[in-house]
Parts: sequence; structure tokens; C-alpha cells
Amino acid sequence: MIVSEMTPNLVLVILIGILVATGVYLLLERSLTRILIGVALIGNGVNLLLLVAGGAAGAPPLVGESEEPMADPVPQALILTAIVITLGFTAFILAMAYRSWQLHGHDEVQDDVEDRRVAKRTEEGALDARADDASVNAAMEALTVRDETEDEDNEQSEGGAR
Amino acid sequence: MNWLVPLVVALPLFSAGLALTQASRPRVQAIISITTISLVLIDAIWMLALVDAGPLVLNVGEWNAPVGIALVVDRLSALMLVVSSVVLLGVLLYSVSQGTSMERRDSRTPVSVFHPTYLVLAAGVGNAFISGDLFNIYVAFEILLGASFVLITLGATGERIRAGTIYVVVSLASSILFLTALALIYAATGTLTLATLAERLPELPVGTQTVLQVMLLLGFGIKAAIFPLSAWLPDSYPTAPAPVTAVFAGLLTKVGIYAIIRTQVLLFPANDALDDVLIVLSILTMVIGILGAVAQNDLKRLLSFTLVSHIGYMLFGIAIANQVGLAATIFYVAHHITVQTALFLVAGWIEQRGGTTSLDELGGLAKLAPMLAVVFFVPAMNLAGIPPLSGFMGKVGLLQAAADAATPLAYAAIAAGLLTSLLTLYAIVKAWNKAFWQSSPKPLPTVRIRRGMIGAATAIVGASTAITLVAGPLYAYATSAARDLTLRTPYINAVLVDGERGEGESAEVAGTEGSDGSEGSGSEGSGSESETGSGSQGQEDDDE
Repeated sequence: MIVSEMTPNLVLVILIGILVATGVYLLLERSLTRILIGVALIGNGVNLLLLVAGGAAGAPPLVGESEEPMADPVPQALILTAIVITLGFTAFILAMAYRSWQLHGHDEVQDDVEDRRVAKRTEEGALDARADDASVNAAMEALTVRDETEDEDNEQSEGGAR
Repeated sequence: MNWLVPLVVALPLFSAGLALTQASRPRVQAIISITTISLVLIDAIWMLALVDAGPLVLNVGEWNAPVGIALVVDRLSALMLVVSSVVLLGVLLYSVSQGTSMERRDSRTPVSVFHPTYLVLAAGVGNAFISGDLFNIYVAFEILLGASFVLITLGATGERIRAGTIYVVVSLASSILFLTALALIYAATGTLTLATLAERLPELPVGTQTVLQVMLLLGFGIKAAIFPLSAWLPDSYPTAPAPVTAVFAGLLTKVGIYAIIRTQVLLFPANDALDDVLIVLSILTMVIGILGAVAQNDLKRLLSFTLVSHIGYMLFGIAIANQVGLAATIFYVAHHITVQTALFLVAGWIEQRGGTTSLDELGGLAKLAPMLAVVFFVPAMNLAGIPPLSGFMGKVGLLQAAADAATPLAYAAIAAGLLTSLLTLYAIVKAWNKAFWQSSPKPLPTVRIRRGMIGAATAIVGASTAITLVAGPLYAYATSAARDLTLRTPYINAVLVDGERGEGESAEVAGTEGSDGSEGSGSEGSGSESETGSGSQGQEDDDE
């Protein structure tokens, strides 16, 4: 007999919420290291969600034959698999962050080549117009904000992408 | 004959290990991987011949369906397996003959990982097509993603790390979404076996169903690059080595489309509101994707944008949600896998010949390399949908399905489809003019292209053109595959033979838990599924 109590533990639910929310926040960062931590946090949050999906805690695991209530072992097997996968990908992101640091001295996720090209074109357009138009100023402002990762490897990477 | 089923995963995984032990001997590695993929191709063709009699089901480890993992090959899976093996083999031959130059450039790679990773990728793709279990599909995705991460950052140059970072982070986000959807589905139904889910999900309240469906669609939509979720693709694909881009463009997005077809049709009953949303998304994917392609100056980026745009066609067929639409989608997927791969391989060839893929710097190739011109022209016209090539037939099928549906949105989709087709032609012709007809701004280097590369690229182009010749039988096959899918019962009955569990009974299970399977819905009966996780994990270990 399997316990099929589906009212989840509130503490776990709140914990899942916190883990996923912080994870999403970190995932939106530019630095790969922070993204990595974000992925790990979300991963743990989702693992807990899987655990909650398996029903209430407290019953012994499925062993042999018994008439007593038993915990559902599937979510635990799923979680184990998910943990292994997250471990592998964590290692990969770490390696990538390290390589990025080797190459550029930082581990920031860089802008899309296309974005940069569009930004450059907007900049040229704005210089041509020289208008004291508010929208152009806004575009210029957006440019300076977006430029934070543009560095000397810009030309090189741009050449590579073409 | 169901022992044929797991071979598509087991063979490549085994050979991946074997190839890794031969890391210092590239020639042996190449022989291993070519042999393996050829065997997988033979296996897939054999299964294609067998599935006409009904789906092949293998219950892994003799644990029957709702308890263990079922591996299922039905018509759709068999077709996808054959097409993907053909493409994998073609690209492999291409990269082996391009090999030396690629390896020299990537000589900083400590181990020669290309062949093992490529085989793992093949295993992941195969596993995604044969899984009869939602969690197993997740594991398959992770296997192929893990392999694709390595392939896209091969050599770890600055540009590839930049593109790879975006690809990895986006892929991980989609995996997390998928896993969350899995947890919610498990909480709601207590099972992850597709056949059992097909029976239980329709019993849920409509609101819950929609949430689960949207979660799955989000996860798969990122992988398939559907419009608002497609921005990562044109930026990350073109930087990888040409054969890698070719296989990614051909296969990975289509695995997402396959997963959407499988889950939408099998698991969830028709949902008109959601279908309308999907049609709108498909229109946006088609039009915005192709507008992106028109603006491009680089051949590889241009092709990446057309890839996104044409994903819209497949989504469109799924969203029309009738049998004609589904048949056309299946045909279109087969056509598009081969043609997109062919184009990217030819782009790789152009890159070698002209030293660049920038359309501003290329020129005069029609005179310099007439063979190359022909090999580019045929799949390009095929992609744009010029009759009598297969792209035309796929598009006609889709438009016909939309005309059958005859809703205002469907007509809007027809208009968008035609517009996209026209703009594809425009973008392709622009590329053709610049690279082949206009005179070159500076003289192109004289490079000898290896025979093997030419042969492999030509073979894939030939395969994509050959779809035109077998279009009749293939379309009939796609129609019967679509009929099986919409009926749903062939799949469910093949997996759950007597309606409750797989064929036969495991001896120990018969006595104690026999009652639990028969209770049907609810979260009972789920506990007996423990094999799912541990089985998948065994495969995961191979992945690491």
C-alpha cells in the first residue's frame, strides 16, 4: 500500500519558492559563476518539488511486501537522476567559466553579435541625426548601458562570426 | 523482434566508450563511429519495415509497462530514426573527410572527443525517439544536450565559448522547465509512462491539464526554437564547426518538434484555445524568422534564421490539429531535416572554398566551382518550396490542412506560410547572387576540397532530393503514422496490452501488487514504477 496523501508540507513549498526565486534572480545575472549558483539553486528547488510530488513524508520506503503505508520510491529515483545530471552540467559550466576567464579575464556572458551590430548601427544613425530628440537620447543611453562587456576582443569575435 | 529497439541507444553508447579508449588513433575512432552509425541505420530501416504490423514495444529489464520503462517504436519514431540515422551518417562521413583540417585547428583539445561525443549525441537522439516514458525523454534530452554542449564549444575558442555560454544557459533553463513539468505531472497523475498518462491526463480538471500542457510546451518550445523562445538559435549555431552546425540544425530542433507532436497528440485531448495560441505563434515564428534571414549578410546566420522560420511550418501543422495537418508535419519534418543539414554542409564547403561565409566577401563561385553551385542550388530551391521538390509538397500539404480547418486563423496561417515561402526564396536568391554570380571583391584562394567532403555533402543533397522521388509512398506512410497518432489506441494498446499493464506479468508483482495496477486513475499504482528512475540513471552514468 502506498501513501497517497497529496497535501504538501507548507515549509517545503515555501522553501521551493525561495530556492527557485533566488535561482531565477541569479540566472539573470551576467557573470557565469552566479548563473552557475542560480542553476544549482533552481535544480535543488525542482528536486524538492519532485519530492513533494511523491506524497507525504514519514512512511518507510518500499521494502519487500507489507500492508503498512509505504513511501513512494519513484520521486527519489527521479531526484537521484536529476542530481547526477545537474552535477555533470555544473562541472561543464565551471569549465566554461574558467575558459572564459582564461580568454577574456572575466566570465561574463557576452552580448549577441547581432545585438551589437544593431546597437552600432543605431549609434551611427544617432550621430548622423544629431537630433535633440528624446528617443535618440534614450537609444544613446541604452547603448552606454549595454556596452559594459564590449572590449578589445570585439573586433576579433565579430570577424569570427562573419 | 523487439530486441532491435534498444540497439539505437545501446550501440552508440557502447561505441562511444570504445572510441574514447582509442583517443590517440583518429582513424580507428572514425572506423568505430562510421560502423556504429551504419549499424544503427540498418537497425532503423529494419524497424521501419516491421512497424507496419504494429508498434514494437520493449519493456526494459522485463519490468512491464507502468512499472518499468517501455521503449516504443511506432511509425513516427521509426521514420524519425531512419531519417536521423541517414543524416548522422552523412554528417559523420563529411566531418571525417574534413577531419584533419578540423583537428589541426582544434589541436588544443586535450582528448580527441569529437567521435565519442558524436556517438553520445546519436544515442541521445535515438533515445528521445524511442522513449515511452516522459522521464526517459528528459534523460534523453540531457544526454543529447550534454553531447551538444561539448560539440558546440569544440576547441574552446573565444567565439565558441561566447556562443556556447548562451546555448548552455538557455538549454539548462529549458531542462529545468521540463523537469518542473515532470514533477507537476507526477504529482497530478502518479505516473510518467506515456501510455498510462494518455489515459489519466484527460481525467484531470481542464485548468490543471492546460497548466501541464503549457509547461511541457515551454520546455520543448525552447528546444525547438519557437518564436519568442528562438533568439538563442541564430546566435549560437553558426559559430560551431560546419558539420556540428549541420547536425544540430537538422536534428536537435526536430527532436523538440517530435516531443511536441508526441505529447500534444498522445497525452492531451484537443484544446482549441491553446491550438489558436500555437497557430499565432507559428505565424510569428515563420514571419519574424524569415525577416531575420532577409537581413543577414552571412550565409550561416542566414540559414540559421531560415531554420527558425521553417520550424514555424511544423508548429503550424501541429496546431491545425487534424490528421491532414499532422501527416503534412511528419512529411515536412523528414524533408526539413535532410534539406537543412544539406544546406549547412554546403555552407561548410563554401567556407572552405571561399575562406569565409560572409556574402560581402564571396563572389564568382558559380564559375569557380560549378559543382558547388549545383549542390547549393538544389537544396536551396527545395527549402524555398519550388515545385516539384519535396519542400513544395510538404508546404502544399500544410496549406491543404489549413484550408480543411477553414478558420480565420488558419487562413491567416496560409497567408503567412506563402509569404514566408516567398521571402525564403528572396533570401536564398540574394545569397545565391552574392556568392555565386556577382564578381568577387577580391580573388578567392585556391583550395582543394577533399573528395570525401564533396561526396558526403553531395550524398546528403541527393538524399534530400530523393525524398521528392519517394514522396508518394512517404506521404502515404506519414498519413498512416498521423492516423495512428490521432487514434491514440494503437500506441496505448501496444504498451498496455490488456489495458492496465504491459504484456505478461512479472512473477513477484502478480501476487502482491496486481490489485494496484487495476485501480486505474489517481496516484495509486505509481509506487511500482521505481524501475523508471534507476533504469534511466544507468544510462546517465554512461553519459558522464
